[in-house]
Amino acid sequence: MTEAVVASSGAAKAAADQPYLKIAGIVKKFGDNFAVDNLDLEIQQHEIFALLGSSGCGKSTLLRMLAGMERPTSGKIILDGQDITQLAPYERPLNMMFQSYALFPHMTVEQNIAFGLKQDGLPKDEIANRVLEMLDLVQLRKYASRKPYQLSGGQQQRVALARSLAKRPKMLLLDEPLGALDKKLRQQTQLELVNTLEKVGVTCIMVTHDQEEAMTMATRIGIMSEGKLLQVGTPSQIYDYPNCRFTAEFIGETNLFTGQVVVDEADRVEIETAELGGRIQVSHGITGPKGMDVWASVRPEDVRIDIRPIAAGPNAARGKVKEIAYLGSFSIYHVILPSGKVVKSMVPANRWYEAGEQEPTWNDEVYVSWRADMPVVLTA
Amino acid sequence: MDIQRFAKKWLKPGRGSVIAMPYLWLGVFFLIPFFIVLKISFAEQDIAIPPFTSLMAYEEGFLNIKVNLSNFLFIFTDEFYFDTYISSLKVALVTTVLCLLLGYPIAYAIARTDPARRNVLLMLVMLPFWTSFLLRVYAWMGLLNENGLINTFLLWTGVISEPLQMFHTDFSLYLVMLYAYLPFMILPLYSHLVKMDVRLLEAAGDLGAKPLKAFATITLPLSRNGIIAGSMLVFIPAVGEFVIPELVGSSETLMIGKVLWNEFFDNNNWPMAAAVATVMVLLLLVPIAFFHRFETRELEGKNHV
Repeated sequence: MTEAVVASSGAAKAAADQPYLKIAGIVKKFGDNFAVDNLDLEIQQHEIFALLGSSGCGKSTLLRMLAGMERPTSGKIILDGQDITQLAPYERPLNMMFQSYALFPHMTVEQNIAFGLKQDGLPKDEIANRVLEMLDLVQLRKYASRKPYQLSGGQQQRVALARSLAKRPKMLLLDEPLGALDKKLRQQTQLELVNTLEKVGVTCIMVTHDQEEAMTMATRIGIMSEGKLLQVGTPSQIYDYPNCRFTAEFIGETNLFTGQVVVDEADRVEIETAELGGRIQVSHGITGPKGMDVWASVRPEDVRIDIRPIAAGPNAARGKVKEIAYLGSFSIYHVILPSGKVVKSMVPANRWYEAGEQEPTWNDEVYVSWRADMPVVLTA
Repeated sequence: MDIQRFAKKWLKPGRGSVIAMPYLWLGVFFLIPFFIVLKISFAEQDIAIPPFTSLMAYEEGFLNIKVNLSNFLFIFTDEFYFDTYISSLKVALVTTVLCLLLGYPIAYAIARTDPARRNVLLMLVMLPFWTSFLLRVYAWMGLLNENGLINTFLLWTGVISEPLQMFHTDFSLYLVMLYAYLPFMILPLYSHLVKMDVRLLEAAGDLGAKPLKAFATITLPLSRNGIIAGSMLVFIPAVGEFVIPELVGSSETLMIGKVLWNEFFDNNNWPMAAAVATVMVLLLLVPIAFFHRFETRELEGKNHV
């Protein structure tokens, strides 16, 4: 029944190298709405994969289908060679760490962790050993006999992690694993959590709406919108080479210019854009006919601001400083171009200015520019 | 600043008086009447108005205090009273268990339906309260009677050839008790079950618990306080229930309410009736104290959050 592995345009995979988890053509309809729309995804063992998207994009529904709490309308889920699509949640060899943890309030930390093991009918001393092992893993041995309400948010998160790892699942699902923690604690916990997961070596799928969390923790990220996976790649692939406007805008900030291809050669593309009032030159080719509508994405950290006039040409424009958002280590300048387009530029606080040059301020005439290797051309 | 001073000066006694309200209420309508009843229970029957002797008499410089313990001694020596208390407790216990068995699934179902339908269902549970309790018991009499609606219908359909003896039996007693007390079980159970986080059940399922196991290990323990509250609300008034056993129960079912009625109205023995009532209150205080202990423990737990 297993389908042949489709060779991707990149490195072709050997047929023996079956993905650990294979999601094939999965669809979930609620009434007439597609929560998940014909989605394919393959995940290798030991990966930490993040599904990233805004609320309502279908990422949670996908996770719940993996856990068995929702049944897909159609499609298949194959985990380690076993078709688990129709299995009940309690029959699946994977566990989930719930959003805001869903710890059993009437049980102690120990009992919470032991719960899953008891369902498997393991012998008592083995359960006790495994619970201790888990308590050590998350450094909560001292708190074994506390109830969840007697723990801090960070400790509850660790209990939830220990509980979901206790059964040594083939795969761990994490639903907004750090969503319930405040920002400071979250950043601390991100690395701690990744370390623990890597130590255990469990394959993970996490769902998050927090791009920073996804970028820090995941080995690969899938960007989801309206039930579809728009792009899958490593954090840097996704940030540096977004394949569509949604991804470019969703991950980090960017300046998007809409225009038409006027020059299309092997080593260079030129895009005529009214928003910039000139051309954007890109030092890599694209595949597409001349005259095609495209978008060029330029990250704010790639945009340079000058007070002195610079040589006219592509990738440059004159504008006026409209707003400055001071963020300490850097500032975001909002420069309004004659077309009305606002270009954001990130200026480090320690930027070095030439003699006689001043830091631009509100309503100053400035020039924005970037190098030709910086923009990314998007066709969708 | 002024506001703070104002608050300090007026809020504290204000808060005190708010807390004092329930104490005042219980004092006036429970504690004082109880002591009056207690006092009467130590008196002797007398042909007078009121029909009992006073405990204290002042005569020629002597204050005579006469405490009559014979009523209590009689209760504890006469098997009749013992049997009656046991029988009352049994009826109350069976009623409570029946209410729990029927009420739990109902409360669970209501708590798990969508919020729009929930309120309609709750209204239906409370709807009987809009009619007088006595009228509803009389309605049951009309249904269960030998010539009642049920028998007439069954005879007409030919399912039975002779009327069923349902009226004035244990069956009719428990049926009407169950009917009358069911809402008191459903409402507290519902309020506990509706608050429960459904994701806890999902988590239990995810960890390998089948639905029935998840119910037994998660839902049931978490609704424990609802079960206790509902059981108390049914059990305590059921022990002293008079109307239902009198009107639909069998004449052999001894109920403490009935004994009270007899002592008070038939024998005109107020002290004896008061003693019977006092023992009953003390009997009920045990489960109430038990419940109270549970509640405070629960509250202490919640405060840590």
